[in-house]
Amino acid sequence: MSLWIWLLIACALAYAWKLVGYFVPARLLEDPRMSRVAGTMTIGLLASLTVVNTFATGQSLAADARVGALVAAAIALALRAPFLVVVLAGAGTAALLRSLGWS
Amino acid sequence: MTLLASPAVRMGISISIATGLYGVSFGALSVTSGLDFWQTMALSLLLFSGGSQFAFIGVVAGGGSGIAAMSAATLLGMRNGIYGMQLNALLHPTGWRKYVAAQLTIDESTATSSGQTDPAEQRRGFWAAGIGIYLLWNLFTAIGALAGSGLGDPKQWGLDGAAVAAFLGLLWPRLKGREPVAIAAVCAVATVVAVPFVPAGVPILVAAVVAAVIGWFSHGRSDEGLEPDVDPFRERHHGAQRAGETGPGATE
Repeated sequence: MSLWIWLLIACALAYAWKLVGYFVPARLLEDPRMSRVAGTMTIGLLASLTVVNTFATGQSLAADARVGALVAAAIALALRAPFLVVVLAGAGTAALLRSLGWS
Repeated sequence: MTLLASPAVRMGISISIATGLYGVSFGALSVTSGLDFWQTMALSLLLFSGGSQFAFIGVVAGGGSGIAAMSAATLLGMRNGIYGMQLNALLHPTGWRKYVAAQLTIDESTATSSGQTDPAEQRRGFWAAGIGIYLLWNLFTAIGALAGSGLGDPKQWGLDGAAVAAFLGLLWPRLKGREPVAIAAVCAVATVVAVPFVPAGVPILVAAVVAAVIGWFSHGRSDEGLEPDVDPFRERHHGAQRAGETGPGATE
């Protein structure tokens, strides 16, 4: 139940961010630093989410089949594959490595 | 059929299909991360911002708390505020349209609109991409969620690997040049160092703080990291015109 509450708060805050842009005077947000922080935070968060999902299980770190998924996804992206193909490459590689015994 | 003659509308439709399709992976990953069908749909219907939605389920999947998931999703949503400001200056929506436009303000609708030069095309591009993505994203989320809940053990299908690939796929288009790569590397290291010492989900917030500090004190491009997940201009002209370059201040 508590997950529902945080989920709905996340939805409300996401809409709040979007509305802020339409209602706050442009001059306030024109500070290039605000765009910079929004941009660098996007990069940092996505990099962090990638790493956490690859190496972390709770509070411990491990190199398992997910590392193979990361490598496969990077190759697919370098070959300019569409997003869905990249995701399938990651899933297929992790599943394959696991069936070969690398947990 | 005059609408379909508009290049912005056609671009909006093709970006809707490309973006909508990856809603399948979101839906499937969300239900295998521990969210139920309606929680998954609530994220797509109400939160409606791909990166933030993936962040929310990514934190939950890693054993993080609801508050950590909410925080990661909210920090990732900050860029939509910047987009809202740009779109407000471009489109000047009034009355109820402002509230609808706000919900449709995401990477792809902003990129489709701000890449046009004619004001009427900017407007058509925004609404075509925004409405099209909203409909297809939700449709495909539902399909993915229904398919995902029938999969059994998600690890056997490599769905944890799919999540890894999805996050790298979201990060990839933003790694243009040396500085964004350096920021990503620093944040990745900060995350790995933090994992053993703080509860699950918190390392992501540590990385967000590191990235924000870098952004505040460095002097790179002001639109760095604000590239869309699916670039509507990728096939057309390489290294397409970006939202920031149209200079929203000029019209206000």
